[in-house]
Amino acid sequence: MTYSVRSATVRFGPTVALDDVTVEVPAGSVVAVVGGDGAGKSTLLRALAGEVALDAGLVEAPPRQRLGYLPASSGSWAALTVTQNIDFVAGIYGLAGEELAARRAELLNRASLTPAAGRLAAQLSGGMRRKLGFIMAIVHQPALLILDEPSTGVDPVSRIDLWRLASEAAAAGAAVLMSTTYLDEAERAAHLVVLDRGRVLVQGSYDQVRAGFAGVVTQADQPARAEWAWRRGRVLHEYWPAGAPSTPSRPSAGTAVAPDLEDIVIALSLARRNAVPS
Amino acid sequence: MRAMIVKEFRELVRDRRTLGMLIVLPLLLLVIFGYAANFYVSSVKTAVVGPQAVQTATVLPSFFDVTVTEPADTQADAETLLRDNKVDVAFVTGKTPVLALVDGSNLFAAQSAVAGLNKAGNTVRTQVLYNPDLKTSWVMVPAIIGLILTFIGTIITSIGMVREREAGTLEQLAVMPIRPSRVILGKIAPYFLVASVDMIVVTVLGILLFSVPFNGNPFAFALGAAIFLFVVLGLGVFISTISQTAGQAIQTAFFFLLPQILLSGMIFPLDAMAAGVRWIGYLLPLTYFTMISQGIMLRGAPITSLWLPFVVLTVMAVVVFTGATLRFRRDLAPGRPASPASEQPATEKVGSA
Repeated sequence: MTYSVRSATVRFGPTVALDDVTVEVPAGSVVAVVGGDGAGKSTLLRALAGEVALDAGLVEAPPRQRLGYLPASSGSWAALTVTQNIDFVAGIYGLAGEELAARRAELLNRASLTPAAGRLAAQLSGGMRRKLGFIMAIVHQPALLILDEPSTGVDPVSRIDLWRLASEAAAAGAAVLMSTTYLDEAERAAHLVVLDRGRVLVQGSYDQVRAGFAGVVTQADQPARAEWAWRRGRVLHEYWPAGAPSTPSRPSAGTAVAPDLEDIVIALSLARRNAVPS
Repeated sequence: MRAMIVKEFRELVRDRRTLGMLIVLPLLLLVIFGYAANFYVSSVKTAVVGPQAVQTATVLPSFFDVTVTEPADTQADAETLLRDNKVDVAFVTGKTPVLALVDGSNLFAAQSAVAGLNKAGNTVRTQVLYNPDLKTSWVMVPAIIGLILTFIGTIITSIGMVREREAGTLEQLAVMPIRPSRVILGKIAPYFLVASVDMIVVTVLGILLFSVPFNGNPFAFALGAAIFLFVVLGLGVFISTISQTAGQAIQTAFFFLLPQILLSGMIFPLDAMAAGVRWIGYLLPLTYFTMISQGIMLRGAPITSLWLPFVVLTVMAVVVFTGATLRFRRDLAPGRPASPASEQPATEKVGSA
């Protein structure tokens, strides 16, 4: 089973949040959506979740009973305990009694939240609260799991836990679509979607994205063209698009480096903003 | 400091609700206190019954606006007219002195009428019904019950609803297989219960502490309160749909609450207000609940004589609650079809091609 948004366009007033975006999310795999602020990541996820109406295009999603969603906000009720939060959501999906108790215990254990079961959600750390939100999103074993930046603002250990939980959900057969600002996380996904200002810059597996990347990234202390450069640690990286009519076809300075996903995302975004075909 | 002042002005200009309060509120208060704040009742609706009804009606001062003249009617008929709030004063002729019955539940009209009647000396025997000592508390307690219900219905409910939006959990609810109408009902049911308990507590305390009578049918009172609660809870839901934060909800609810306090006839009698302001009072739900609560508690009025406020409140409940629910539904599930989740296919296609 594959869920998708096809040729999706979403406008908020004069702003085009999604512009002819097509993304497929196959069952049993994790699809990661990356992009900068305002790229359209959350809008894409919310469109698939049915929270945003499309101006054009098509959404193929399971019915709500088979949909799990972790919003970018906390995703839990602050004045309820961890257990009460899970029970409330599970109750809406029709889980009760021993089935619910067993499922709740299993999920709390997998998320290392068993000791916090009686604590109010408001008293949890950021990472714990995101894990609680994650549990609430998968308590009913959804066919499509949508996670809006589950690891943003979360400590590295909790990030690992969250990624493990997402991978386990995919391994159990769920189609998982997650947005993230952490590109190291995105590299691990089966499929990547790079968004910029509402448009898909590139998508595919990490290997496909790297293989399809045209142009050269160089490393230098001083960039030849500031508008094409960005800082990576103590050095600057600079993008030299392939076949750009207004720029040299080969780097005139610096050492060529093998671009990682961060380089690729930034380079493609710069190419779009500087209106150069990539 | 200049930077601080400029910053504050910029924030203020963008906070249109606060700006509205700063500009509209003083104007509203000026209009209300200028045209509505008037305890003096210039005339009272009057009935004259009994053998000398026609003759008596002709000699009454203009303060007594005679709307009913029935020579064949008795004292019992006159009391029915008062109980049903058709008139404020009824003269029963046929005996000497003439009996003047005054509706004490319409406090300011009654006070003015009694003052006028006292000047007539021994020719008129005055009897005040439903509030013999013309106590303010007897009139205020039934109205305050409505005010408390309004407070819970609009402010507390809207805050409770907006909290979901602020916390982002509304998004969570939006994708769950639960109908927006059930989300609303589930959200307001606790407030409905709390308000009902509050209403009972305030009513009982009013009776115990202020000796306010409860002369009518408690079930009719409960029915009126329930309908009124649906109106104010609907207003609370509506306010939550036009507010992003609890602060905005409180500000907006205040706009709804203030006119109800000042223009519903609870403090200033509607009859004493200028016509240009009085019509606002007739648009407010608290006006009609006060008619019901005072009518049932003080006058023991049956539901048949209170049909008008019951009908108006029912229409308000249907209109406000439906409108608020539709707005809330739009907020909750803009991208989903309105069909119930159970009717959706295994894979649903949503959107426009």
